[in-house]
Amino acid sequence: MKARARVWDVAVLLLLAVWAGPFFWQVRTSFTPDAELLATQRVLPASPTTIHYRAVAERSVMPRALGNSLAVAALTTLVALALGLPAAYAIARLPVPGKALLLLVIVASTAFPQIATVSPLYLLMRGLGLRDTWTALVLANTSFALPLLIWLLAGFIREVPIELEEAAFLDGAGRLGVLARVIVPLVAPGVASAALLTFLASWNEFLFAYTFTATEASRTVPVALALFPGVFEVPWGDIAAASILASLPPIIIVVGLQRWLVQGLTAGALKD
Amino acid sequence: MTARQRADRRAGLAFVAPAVLVLAGLSLYPGLWVLWLSLQQRIPIFGIARFVGIDHYAFLASDPRMWNAVRVTLVFTVASVALELVLGLTAALALQRQRLGRRIAVALLLLAWALPSVVTAKLFEWLYHPSAGLVNVLLGGRTLNWLGDPGLALAGLIAADVWRTMPFVALLCYARLLTIPGEVYEAARVDGAGRLATLTSITLPLLRPVLLIALLFRTLDALRAFDLMFVLTGGGPAGTTETLTVYAYRSLFQTLQLGFGSAIGVVSFMLVMLVAAAYLGVLRRAGATA
Repeated sequence: MKARARVWDVAVLLLLAVWAGPFFWQVRTSFTPDAELLATQRVLPASPTTIHYRAVAERSVMPRALGNSLAVAALTTLVALALGLPAAYAIARLPVPGKALLLLVIVASTAFPQIATVSPLYLLMRGLGLRDTWTALVLANTSFALPLLIWLLAGFIREVPIELEEAAFLDGAGRLGVLARVIVPLVAPGVASAALLTFLASWNEFLFAYTFTATEASRTVPVALALFPGVFEVPWGDIAAASILASLPPIIIVVGLQRWLVQGLTAGALKD
Repeated sequence: MTARQRADRRAGLAFVAPAVLVLAGLSLYPGLWVLWLSLQQRIPIFGIARFVGIDHYAFLASDPRMWNAVRVTLVFTVASVALELVLGLTAALALQRQRLGRRIAVALLLLAWALPSVVTAKLFEWLYHPSAGLVNVLLGGRTLNWLGDPGLALAGLIAADVWRTMPFVALLCYARLLTIPGEVYEAARVDGAGRLATLTSITLPLLRPVLLIALLFRTLDALRAFDLMFVLTGGGPAGTTETLTVYAYRSLFQTLQLGFGSAIGVVSFMLVMLVAAAYLGVLRRAGATA
């Protein structure tokens, strides 16, 4: 019985590894010299090389794009948290006039297709002189990340026993003090998972970034990858190396911070 | 109203105000503006900006390219969501019996989901390469042109989307399965229920609400999908992978017809809202009978 369970465990792991196979194949390609790219019958390249990574680091816009993406994703997460935490607390705990309507708008706006708002937002960014800036991307990304963030955080805050807040009030704290000193520490894991999801969404965002950027001053990783130049033929090895670099932050988040991420991902859907 | 209640009301307003203002400015206002744009002829490079009423919609109603885009969008959505649900459910059930290496299993599962969709597009572009692509090699050295053949491109696109999003469904189901107490299965075993009976009369009914939510989330996302097809096939070959979103984008920013493209964006928006409303109706009825 024990042996059978062990076989099952290994079989499931192998199947999942096969599912992740396309990514591993890209890792292999990124270390394969151009001359060997057609030799697909080998599992590993005969003479592995880092030449593609050097090419991407020294002769492409990827380093700059990685910096842009990091900055935009980090700023989006900060702005969304600064706006979303107080709003989520008010929705969970305070009497806000028109709360039902507000909740409806928040839920409905998570279903807004970006393609419908991209043209007015483009005109707006151009009108404000924000084309090709981090600010435009932070604003646009915040607009689609904020509803989900508020929804998740309000759910976490509702679970905090109200007595804990009452004690702080008796000590003379105001609402803001309660939020900062009682609520935020208690829902820190929830805040972390919501922040990670926001960071990931911003890191992966393509449509707004592709439309609002014009040069490498603000182009993010997905845009740089989509526009990866080839002179005479497609540089598959360089593209593979660039896509592995683009995947590193998401992979770190998924592997290293799995528990927090899974909590955020399932909290919204399972508490209905 | 006590002083405390008044203070809470003021605090409540002050707390939601910044978020509401940002959402109003960056979601609601553009959402209304796009309706207005869609009633105009706006071609900035020629300096054209005039009101044309519902002309764009009237044109779209008999535009073969439009109807093709609607068909592609629906085929893509139905096929990829159905495959994602079946495969995701299977993966979750397999994981439920997993004892060792669960963390590694979940990490492997989530890998495909966490990658940027542009990376997925580049991965599959290489896998589908006619002569050096792994897919053709595994098929015994064929030279199928997956992304260039009008008969294959949509299937290739759907496969890439299923690869990317199956883990989301699997994770939702898996998280629900973990909350089912072991005693439930123990009781079923004592009652002599076989593995199949346990699955159909215990596990699946308990998963139903999660599956409905996964269905809603995934359907809305598939209807709105853009990145993957735009980068992988650009809508081609011969429009066989051109969804509403790609048609809208190309009209907006490649042929620079801001008004016309906005009208397609509005159609896409209406489609998403219609499907969302229909699902919520079904969910509510399911909730009433459950």
